[in-house]
Amino acid sequence: MASSEEDGTVEEKENNNKKRSKSALATAWLTFYNIAMTAGWLVLAIAMMRFYIQKGTHKGLYRSIARTLKFFQTFALVEVGHCAIGIVRTSVIVTGVQVCSRIFMVWFITNSIRQIQNEESVILFLVVWTVTEITRYSYYTFNLLHHLPYFIKWARYNLFIVLYPLGVIGELLTIYAALPFVRRSGMYSMRLPNKYNVSFDYYYCLIVVMLSYIPLFPQLYFHMLRQRRRVLHGEVIVEKDD
Amino acid sequence: MKHYEVEILDAKTKDKLCFLDKVEPNATIGEIKSMFHKSHPQWYPARQSIRLDPKGKSLKDEDVLQHLPVGTTATFYFRDLGAQISWVTVFLTEYTGPLVIYLMFYFRVPFIYAPKYDFTTSKHWVVHLACMCHSFHYMKRLLETLFVHRFSHGTMPLRNIFKNCTYYWGFAAWMAYYINHPLYTPPIYGEQQIRLALIIFLFCQIGNFSIHIALRNLRPPGSKTRKIPYPTKNPFTWIFLLVSCPNYTYELGSWLGFTVMTQCLPVAFFTMVGFIQMTVWAKGKHRSYLKEFRDYPPLRSPILPFVL
Repeated sequence: MASSEEDGTVEEKENNNKKRSKSALATAWLTFYNIAMTAGWLVLAIAMMRFYIQKGTHKGLYRSIARTLKFFQTFALVEVGHCAIGIVRTSVIVTGVQVCSRIFMVWFITNSIRQIQNEESVILFLVVWTVTEITRYSYYTFNLLHHLPYFIKWARYNLFIVLYPLGVIGELLTIYAALPFVRRSGMYSMRLPNKYNVSFDYYYCLIVVMLSYIPLFPQLYFHMLRQRRRVLHGEVIVEKDD
Repeated sequence: MKHYEVEILDAKTKDKLCFLDKVEPNATIGEIKSMFHKSHPQWYPARQSIRLDPKGKSLKDEDVLQHLPVGTTATFYFRDLGAQISWVTVFLTEYTGPLVIYLMFYFRVPFIYAPKYDFTTSKHWVVHLACMCHSFHYMKRLLETLFVHRFSHGTMPLRNIFKNCTYYWGFAAWMAYYINHPLYTPPIYGEQQIRLALIIFLFCQIGNFSIHIALRNLRPPGSKTRKIPYPTKNPFTWIFLLVSCPNYTYELGSWLGFTVMTQCLPVAFFTMVGFIQMTVWAKGKHRSYLKEFRDYPPLRSPILPFVL
């Protein structure tokens, strides 16, 4: 028994060393990642402002920033990986749902349905996303560097109260605007008969997606509100046990 | 004979919920749960989790008071597991659904397909075969639930029945809709494909049933003992040499057969989702076998020989 205890402590020391070097590497990567993303969304914000100031209209704005948006929003998929391997302590599911809804909006709505790219609702959610992401990534960056200015913390945990619902409105209005074009073109859809014996109607799929905002949005919103209470007011929230 | 005193506290709030005096030393946790139930009628024994430590593991109903690490005044912590429902009830409900739902699509009950197809039958014989296979599969499951399986746990949380029924009933409707559709396309390789698929399906149905019988025979009636399963005289059980949970292996095989038979993507999807879930269960079961039995055969994999 005694020898196995000794082995245990040697193993523990080795594990602690492994943990320390893993977390140093993780911290370095996360810092780089968050700085890069903050910069990316800042570039987007500036590009959007420049376009509007120069052209005086929002028409064509999406096209001008489309590539940058696609790059930085798609890259955010790695955040799901961060949660999965444990270097970021957030639920994989929550992060997954948030990132997937963004990917969906960018690639399966605005990118593929050109006729709605000049809708005002697109500008609405783009502005919301930009402000949200700049705040969020700079918060993470400063946190990792252990120098968090209070106003960033304030912004991260207060702006969402207004931005989240506004973003949802922008997204829903955009999907709604896209519906007639989807129906007419029959895009991403498959009809019977076919050798796989399956059918898929993107039009109805979009309607289901819109309806799914009803249960999903409150859950994410209240998750953020709970985090806010915990971070800003240090309240201890008793999580519902399963 | 020294009697014990038992106090039961709420695991979260540490409130004193119940005090029992003059408890027999050989009383079981099950008996203590019944006594607790008398003072708190809303918490029937099946929904009580009694533990020595607020965050510890639940004690078993069979555990005897005097063999537990407690003094003559024993303190236990209680956690409400929520409304419970019996495993048998859940299984019967979740399996009857697909049986009935599939038949509704097979007979083309009104409001599913266009009105001109109401109560018509498919012209493809593979569709009739598929209906027979699907119905046989779920009838087999129902009969096994009633006469074969010996359950370790009596109950599970009530919300599981909604989750499970949504899964089984939902997928059954989705598959049945396409297989019995007037525009259904039969398998590309025709009779050869269907025949091969049927053989695989039947082989795995017999295999799955053999495993269920073998597992039942490991356990005397009314007991909850756990033993290592070994191959028996039945050749279908020889797969125990290579796999811990061959019932899942055969189940996967049955659904692969059904997928090939119907050449229907929703069936393939259902097979894949089921495979993922069964792999999770098989890995868990394999791990607990390894933990419980020192001499567990090393050659065995959880669900797929040598692979997974």
